[in-house]
Amino acid sequence: MSAPTTSAPPPAAVTNGAGLAGRPRRRAAGWFILPATALLLVFFCYPLGNIIWRSFTDPSAGLGNYTKLLDDGVSVTVLTRTLVTALIVGACTLVIAYPYAYAMTRVTPRTRNLMTVVVLLPFWTSMMARNFAWYMLEQRGGLIDDAFSAIGIGGVVLLGSVAGVAVAMVQVMLPFAVLPLYSGMEGIDKRLLDAATSLGAPRWRAFARVYLPLSLPAVLSGFTLVFILTLGFYVTPALLGSPQQSLVPQLIATRVTDLLDFGGAGALGTVLLAITLLALFVVSRFANLSSTTEKAVTNE
Amino acid sequence: MSESALKPGVRAGRDGGLGWGLKIVVGLIGLLLIAPTAVVIPMSFSSGTTFQFPPEGWSLRWYESFFTSERWMRSLLTSVQIGLLVAVTATVLGVAVAFGLNRAGFRGRGAIRSLMLAPLIVPSIVVAVAIYGVFLKWQLNGTALGYVVAHTVMALPFVVTVMSTSLAGYDRTLDTAAATLGATAWTTFFRITVPLVAPGVLSGFVFAFVMSLDEVVIALFLQTPDIQTLPVQMYNSITLEIDPTIAAASSLMVVATSIVLLMPQFVRRKRSTS
Repeated sequence: MSAPTTSAPPPAAVTNGAGLAGRPRRRAAGWFILPATALLLVFFCYPLGNIIWRSFTDPSAGLGNYTKLLDDGVSVTVLTRTLVTALIVGACTLVIAYPYAYAMTRVTPRTRNLMTVVVLLPFWTSMMARNFAWYMLEQRGGLIDDAFSAIGIGGVVLLGSVAGVAVAMVQVMLPFAVLPLYSGMEGIDKRLLDAATSLGAPRWRAFARVYLPLSLPAVLSGFTLVFILTLGFYVTPALLGSPQQSLVPQLIATRVTDLLDFGGAGALGTVLLAITLLALFVVSRFANLSSTTEKAVTNE
Repeated sequence: MSESALKPGVRAGRDGGLGWGLKIVVGLIGLLLIAPTAVVIPMSFSSGTTFQFPPEGWSLRWYESFFTSERWMRSLLTSVQIGLLVAVTATVLGVAVAFGLNRAGFRGRGAIRSLMLAPLIVPSIVVAVAIYGVFLKWQLNGTALGYVVAHTVMALPFVVTVMSTSLAGYDRTLDTAAATLGATAWTTFFRITVPLVAPGVLSGFVFAFVMSLDEVVIALFLQTPDIQTLPVQMYNSITLEIDPTIAAASSLMVVATSIVLLMPQFVRRKRSTS
């Protein structure tokens, strides 16, 4: 099944109201989209527009909130930390997901089914349960601390540090990387590898020169997805991190709940949104992101 | 054609393709995907009052606490109620959108499709704060309507995607065939269309429900002392109080979602073997 593309249909199909196969398209069906569109406009687009608007007007009109971000001594540090964390989490997740997704393309359908379930289980498992699990593992005297103590390295308490947040985030994000990687790798013709080896290339070289470049679009879309999701992730840093080493989502939340500073929070949110859209724009030239959702919900 | 041409190659690659090294790596990654979450299950049988793991003794006290605590039970009930309302609303709206996008030709279909997926792309903290901001003004905070509307926004992308996929595989000539055989539009709809799209609708419904049941960021902002969802209660039981009841709640959630997810696998297998 092909992924739904976001590109517009050819103009001819639109103007004469006929489908590509010449089937008459019912114009009436167009009204079906109205309720959901209205809901999203009122409860999604308007709130987003409103918070962006407030970042320029609340408390006073102008770029005050943005200049404050630059010189409040916290925002820039936190923003940098968040970007670096998201890049590291993205890279680690991809490195771990790559062999798994690759193996999925080479096993029997039966094994592949099992491997898919193993990926989808955490994808759909309660986010709170998974974060609570990491809380226990990373706490003082938790399994990770104990394991390191056993080999003579004491006091590895990840809880309350950016490192702890990143470790948990990598595990939480794995399904988001495996799914686009697999859907990309599925389309690579394995015979190309055979061809390369039969022409005398060693296996690793055939992989590095033939397979890896072909899988790059999938790698890029997986990386971008993880990067974007990590940027806006609130629960994991809020539970496993600390205010001293906070990430942007925590900063946004504190500004809103403790200070009711919607202008300042809006400015941070707008920056986050801008980075997200920029990343999406860059990657959309190479890959299709919507296929991940599709994979996750169609269970294929 | 390419499928059958590839098959021998895949078979041959089964032994040569996955070396032992890769097999071990894959096994470890599988373990990394599953094992960390599984620790909540032994934790839930702890007899201690802290989050100490592994537990020093065993008991069922946290399950008892979960099922007898008024606060936990109320949050579970709230979550299930909101989840069902969200599932119904999102399914109705999402199925309609998918039909509209699939069957009608109009300008801007690509834009509508992007709009439907947008809630997944925009950073969740930004969505939460934005919705919180306007809900304060509209006095929707801590109301069932507020939760349902916000969660429906977040569930729509799943329903629309799963339904679009389902409709993309729908062979429209079946409708024509029914019509040529003398079926009325209604008969065609109920006897042909409904059975064909039912699995897609059902999975859309389940995904919307699970999504709402699990959503925590928006729910954290919309919470009031009177109305809290289960994930929010879980969150508070880690941050505000150290209450191991969360281990029992987590285990129940993990088991429940696993059953829902594994069910189609078993049904499919049974169907294919019988």
